[in-house]
Amino acid sequence: MKRIFLLLSLVLGLCATSVRADVDPAALKALGADDFDAKSGAIATLVAAGDADARRILTALSDDALAVAGERIVIVAGDQVLDAATGAAIKPTPASPESISLNNSLRQQVNSALAALRLLSADRAERLASAKSLLSDMGEGATLLPLLDKALKQEQDGEIKPILVQLRAQASLASPDAALRLQAVKDLSNSASPAVKALLLGLLEKQGDTFVEPDEKVRAEAQFAIKAIDSRLVWSDLSGRLFTGISLGSILLLAALGLAITYGVMGVINMAHGELLMVGAYSAYAMQGLFRSHLPDYVDYYVVAAVPVAFFAAALVGMAMERTVIRHLYGRPLETLLATWGLSLVLIQAARLLFGAQNVEVANPAWMSGGLQLAENLSLPWNRLVIVAFSGFVLLVVWLMMNKTRLGMFVRAVTQNRPMAGCVGVPTARIDTLAFGIGSGIAGLGGVALSQIANVGPDMGQGYIVDSFMVVVLGGVGQLAGAVWAALGLGVVTKFLEGWAGAVIAKILVLVFIIVFIQKRPQGLFALKGRFVE
Amino acid sequence: MRTPVTVKLFAGLGPKGWLAVALAALVGWVLVPMAHLLLPEGHPLHVSTYAITLIGKILCYAVVAVAMDLIWGFGGILSLGHGVFFALGGYSFGMYLMRQIGREGSYQSDLPDFMVFLDWKELPWYWTGSDHFLWALFLAVAVPGLIAWIFGYFAFRSRIKGVYFSIITQALTYAAMLFFFRNETGFGGNNGFTDFKRILGYSVTAPETRLALFGLSVALLLGALILGRVLIASKFGKVLTAIRDSESRVMFIGYNPLHYKLFIWTLSAMLCGLAGALYVPQVGIINPSEMSVANSIEIAIWVAVGGRGTLIGPVLGAGIVNLSKSWFTTSFPEYWLFFLGLLFILVTLYLPQGVVGAWAKLRSRKAAKPAAPAPAPSVKAAATPEPEMPAGSAAKGASA
Amino acid sequence: MQNRRTFLKAAVLSASIAAIGGLSSSAYAADTIKVGILHSLSGTMAISETALKETALMTIEEINAKGGVLGKKLEPVVVDPASDWPKFAEKARQLLSQDKVAVTFGCWTSVSRKSVLPVYKELNGLLFYPVQYEGEELEKNVFYTGAAPNQQAIPAVEYLMSKEGGSAKRFVLLGTDYVYPRTTNKILRAFLKSKGVADADIIEEYTPFGHSDYQTIIAKIKKFAGEGKKTAVISTINGDSNVPFYKELGNAGLKAKDVPVVAFSVGEEELRGVDAKPLVGHLAAWNYFMTVKNPENEKFIKMYRDWAKKAKLPKPETVVTNDPMEATYVGIHMWAQAVEKAKSTDTDKVIAAMAGQTFKAPSGFTLKMDETNHHLHKPVFIGEIKADGQFNTVWKTKGPIRAQPWSPFIPGNEGKQKL
Repeated sequence: MKRIFLLLSLVLGLCATSVRADVDPAALKALGADDFDAKSGAIATLVAAGDADARRILTALSDDALAVAGERIVIVAGDQVLDAATGAAIKPTPASPESISLNNSLRQQVNSALAALRLLSADRAERLASAKSLLSDMGEGATLLPLLDKALKQEQDGEIKPILVQLRAQASLASPDAALRLQAVKDLSNSASPAVKALLLGLLEKQGDTFVEPDEKVRAEAQFAIKAIDSRLVWSDLSGRLFTGISLGSILLLAALGLAITYGVMGVINMAHGELLMVGAYSAYAMQGLFRSHLPDYVDYYVVAAVPVAFFAAALVGMAMERTVIRHLYGRPLETLLATWGLSLVLIQAARLLFGAQNVEVANPAWMSGGLQLAENLSLPWNRLVIVAFSGFVLLVVWLMMNKTRLGMFVRAVTQNRPMAGCVGVPTARIDTLAFGIGSGIAGLGGVALSQIANVGPDMGQGYIVDSFMVVVLGGVGQLAGAVWAALGLGVVTKFLEGWAGAVIAKILVLVFIIVFIQKRPQGLFALKGRFVE
Repeated sequence: MRTPVTVKLFAGLGPKGWLAVALAALVGWVLVPMAHLLLPEGHPLHVSTYAITLIGKILCYAVVAVAMDLIWGFGGILSLGHGVFFALGGYSFGMYLMRQIGREGSYQSDLPDFMVFLDWKELPWYWTGSDHFLWALFLAVAVPGLIAWIFGYFAFRSRIKGVYFSIITQALTYAAMLFFFRNETGFGGNNGFTDFKRILGYSVTAPETRLALFGLSVALLLGALILGRVLIASKFGKVLTAIRDSESRVMFIGYNPLHYKLFIWTLSAMLCGLAGALYVPQVGIINPSEMSVANSIEIAIWVAVGGRGTLIGPVLGAGIVNLSKSWFTTSFPEYWLFFLGLLFILVTLYLPQGVVGAWAKLRSRKAAKPAAPAPAPSVKAAATPEPEMPAGSAAKGASA
Repeated sequence: MQNRRTFLKAAVLSASIAAIGGLSSSAYAADTIKVGILHSLSGTMAISETALKETALMTIEEINAKGGVLGKKLEPVVVDPASDWPKFAEKARQLLSQDKVAVTFGCWTSVSRKSVLPVYKELNGLLFYPVQYEGEELEKNVFYTGAAPNQQAIPAVEYLMSKEGGSAKRFVLLGTDYVYPRTTNKILRAFLKSKGVADADIIEEYTPFGHSDYQTIIAKIKKFAGEGKKTAVISTINGDSNVPFYKELGNAGLKAKDVPVVAFSVGEEELRGVDAKPLVGHLAAWNYFMTVKNPENEKFIKMYRDWAKKAKLPKPETVVTNDPMEATYVGIHMWAQAVEKAKSTDTDKVIAAMAGQTFKAPSGFTLKMDETNHHLHKPVFIGEIKADGQFNTVWKTKGPIRAQPWSPFIPGNEGKQKL
């Protein structure tokens, strides 16, 4: 590590004079070698050069775009292949250039070198980005101190400056001057970063009999700073956990909402419900394939296209199931349970024959990758945020449909009293098919959501079936509100238990809780009001 | 006046029934062992070890199917958690088998290998006494029985029934499976118990031990059938069937369904436990996957295929499904799930009374042909049961 | 009435079932050598095991094309134990006593191996087990062609602790709750202790099978990593849960350069189901990577691609090879060599002939079957995941290393290294 930073300070000097030199061919060649030590040396040489060519090569290296084609080192940029040394396109394009690989420590070396070079860039956005990336990557970085001082002196921007102050404080923690260290610790107490906390904790550690930090005052100040950081971390920690619970709850809701409708309307426990999720997930997979081959420019939006496709695919499968099997078993709920289990086995095996036994790859689109950084230690993954919003949207649509449309009214009528609904002219058989189709379609939507966070494979549905049943049973029959509360409640409770007792025990406790709860309220959280003998 | 039990027992089955029992016992206890031990390998009537273990395993499954039928076919309660009772019986007896390995395990310790591995220095309290055969046997019955009683008492008292009951039994078995998967639970985690050496000092791989276990399985199945027959024929059985068909009416008459359901539920669980205890030494492994949700549902399908509400149906169902599974997974491995799935669908759609019901239907049609074209009323009633009687009124047709 | 009759029927039926069972023993053909293949083709394990069945069939065909073994063709007998552990024992018995196979290649999970072991011991059969496992076992009737913990886990951790691997000081041992992760983590804990890592710097976390929500655990890792020195995660998460784990990891912003994850159950096949871009730089340790460059591997990959086309596997152009497939391939060839050496398929003679058998494997090394402990001497590779789901070897051993099925890091194992 030290060597890198020494080189960096060398870079500084070179940058100032901005010597224009050709790229060292020996260094380029070493980049293509299999020996990681040679690569490290080559990178150092390039950093020392510090010119535009070197920067281009380093950037390509960190983006995995640098490759070997025969004897030449090239940069692969889309369809074009550029010569690394000159940056000129090569004609004819060499066949299958082999990309140059890095290991983690080399990647770190390249990245911090690039970040440090950019700290002095004229472009504000570039400076800001590199300062931010150093914040989490710099480590102790005592050797960077002169560079930081220089950057701080030049820097005028109100947003970048405080970051540089932080960076400088981090770097001066290892300074031999106790006063400087004390000031650094004081500066750092404004931070809310776990990385800074880790650094401060390092000061309090003991090496043999002596503390890492010899000065007692600094230690006391560090302790105070850690407490301050901790109090900031507690809130983001807690809200992070709450979010994980809500996120799990929204997934449970999407998985169970369709089941709540089919079960509510027809008293049918659909054991093949998990496979309807699978149909939805495979629809997403199919759409991704279609977009990749036909609309490669819009591939990031395959998920949007998958939503209606999954809905209709799952709805069709569901209605076919209703027409061929379930219809003949009305009034025999226990037997429906077995027949639908049979259906689920057939669907699983069919998926296996169609798509293979292996899981298939469904990638998060770029806009659903990564996370929203709310605080240093709180980043909410985009895919989960989107799913939470999506489940809210689905819920709203279902609620509108059930309460504001004629179809919804019929469905509610059949749920509450089938013979009476039939008497007043509701076509109960058609309503059944439609309701089953809608319930299945919603399961298909759930499948699209699941494809963004979990496995897509023939068996995927099996993992959700018990959980969705629990939501429906806990929420009460045919009650949307019940399903919502049950799903969110189970999600949050599971996540808090998990943090406390581990995933296995949490799951067992939740199941036991449901069993006990059902004893108390056999009709679930929200029972239909009315008088029943049974 | 009370009739003595023996008289009841005898009358319950009738002479022909007893003849059938005697025949089955003859096959299981005399003919099969002779064919296995005396006939040379390669003789057309030789029964191989493979056949003995396979049929022994299926016999245990058949006992579970009969137990399931008692509560589902006659009590109208569909349990999707019977695998848990079966596995508990298996684990209880498995503890004894593990202790019998003694110091022959790979760590040469008095403790089972997996405990040595977890750095446990002594047996946990619930393993106390597990080196005694009789205690293990008692546990194999008592543990499933007790758990079933507690679970059933609360569930039936709250009048949970139908699909709700099925779902919470499913939650029970799922929770139990997760619990047994944990290594800290002290039952060997995912690997469970294997590599048994001996029972009561006899080697588990000796042909005589195998035959003894096989004979015991035959005996247990016959016992379960006789017990079921007697129960169903008794007043208890009649009330039970009445509860299945209309619980509220039975309540209004003044019976408390709780006791009837609880009794048959607990009995069923205990039978499963015994079957599990016999199953483990025959297949040589017990592991938490026996408690998986799919396994428990498969039990229900054995009963459905054979015919609910008949006693012989489940036995047939267990045999048919498991033998075809063994055959399919050798000959057409890719299509086994299709077959099983279609079997589920077709049986529930077209054979609501299972194989036995179909057979009875066929016979009665034959019998009715010369006299009148109309089908027998009992069969018709069975084919289209009223919605309120989820389990169907099969029993009326087949067990009358 | 009816019921009594059914009793009669039952008696007749059970007798006939028994008869069928006795009759079904098939004829024994002498002009071929039967080879059993015992891999789950349905159920949860089908994902991993199907590829091994294909590899075995391919290798058998390759051997047959060269004239077979002892002048006889090999005849594969494929059965499907359906991911059902008791069924493994049943099918093993069927292979040995009905089909009379000379050898079986099969099993993936430890529990399936434990389930068939008593059968192989009783009937003196021969089993080749191709998957990396937790060790703590050594049986006369089994040859282990996968890695023991010292051939996979320990080199990986040594790498993480080295300067090149990032000098990790704190470790998260993360796994699915079953025996392989538990054992591996136990060995690793003892190993880390011997290297001076304090207990406070190690956390162990387990999840149930099929766990799909890794939010809590990722948050825990983040917190742990933020409390001190360089942290690394050692993952023994079982196949299916890896996709949700890695997706969550990628989206939570834990980069390989901050907190590298080294996995022992993630190979080329598992990465087919993941978008590998966010995983670049995370590590895996195996004894073979598809990207290893040597003539044997090129031949092996080409052979499998051709086979995939011929066997009409879904998407034959995307098939990959992985470590257990290589272990299956090596196992079958070594067995064939041993049979030629012993001039017999008799179990005991083949076991004797297996000792010291060598084979030039696709990993680029000549592997040797140990003379005494039934495990292969294997090289160890550490690879970083690339964006295309393949591995880029960043470290490897100088040569094959000997297996220690009884880990010296578990007390009571001293001096148990041979049969």
